[in-house]
Amino acid sequence: MLSKKQLFTKGMIDISPHMLSVIPFGIICGAIGVELGFSPYLVYAMSFIIFGGASQIVFLQVLSGGASSLVAVTSVGIINSRHLLYGAVLSEYLEKLSLIKKLLISYLVVDQGFAESNKFFKKNKNEQHLHYHLIGTGCTMWVCWQISTLSGIILGSFVPAELGLKFTIPLTFIAIVVQDLKKIDHLIVMITCGLSSLLFFDAPFKSYIIIAPVIALFVASLITRLKK
Amino acid sequence: MTWASIIIAGILTYLTRMTMIALVDREMLGDKIKAVLEYVPSAVFPAIIFPAIFINDYGAFIEMNDPKIFGAIVAIIVGYFSKNIIATILSGLISYWFLIFVVFS
Repeated sequence: MLSKKQLFTKGMIDISPHMLSVIPFGIICGAIGVELGFSPYLVYAMSFIIFGGASQIVFLQVLSGGASSLVAVTSVGIINSRHLLYGAVLSEYLEKLSLIKKLLISYLVVDQGFAESNKFFKKNKNEQHLHYHLIGTGCTMWVCWQISTLSGIILGSFVPAELGLKFTIPLTFIAIVVQDLKKIDHLIVMITCGLSSLLFFDAPFKSYIIIAPVIALFVASLITRLKK
Repeated sequence: MTWASIIIAGILTYLTRMTMIALVDREMLGDKIKAVLEYVPSAVFPAIIFPAIFINDYGAFIEMNDPKIFGAIVAIIVGYFSKNIIATILSGLISYWFLIFVVFS
């Protein structure tokens, strides 16, 4: 049985390789906000209040493109609706916690943290304080996100755009799913999701980000039926 | 006005994170749903990966000889065999750099 501290540290260690993409992306996010002409305080406040990488950029781009705030807010809500799926998966492991702990931990659920903690949870179902792993991944993401967006805001885009560091984002997610490629059922679900996301890329409010997973999960449900 | 919409967007985002964690317990999810939820990472992350590789900043499809496709293939191969996140990211990024700075420059 691991202690709370050990689990928290394990979470930090498991998420840290992803900082290779999170930190450059945070810097880019902060710099873009200021370049688009928004106040530095406002750009930073988003990292604290929304705390969701891609959705923050989209929010500012939509607004600076002249669309209404309703469109901007709707886009953020739709882009981040994928967290509902993460929550459904995590709820199984967090169900014993008190409501207040659930409410606090929820703020820390982000893509990479969910992915790494979920992998850990699946292998260590019997640990008593599992949620400390999620707190470890979430806090690490949070601290790095705040520092990197803040440095992008203050220093501007000191990471040259020519380096193409945005490309580390798909790479970080490839690292998350790559081991499941050998399972044919997962491979089918991934290809379904990927192709659907391209097909629906032009759907309003960036809704491809949730349409594609819904289609892929429908295919997954067909697969689970066939398996029986 | 912008501040108000950031706060609303933040509340919405928080609700997407909190709703299922706070309101769902094990009894509510049948075995069938749990079996499908196993696929969530595979069903969500390609929607981040594919557009980031195949669609450029202007919303158009890239050419099939785009360096990003090569970088992604290298990352998949290295990641598959090394099972290492850092090796996956760096191999993809470095092979991408090799193409844009050395081969195509």
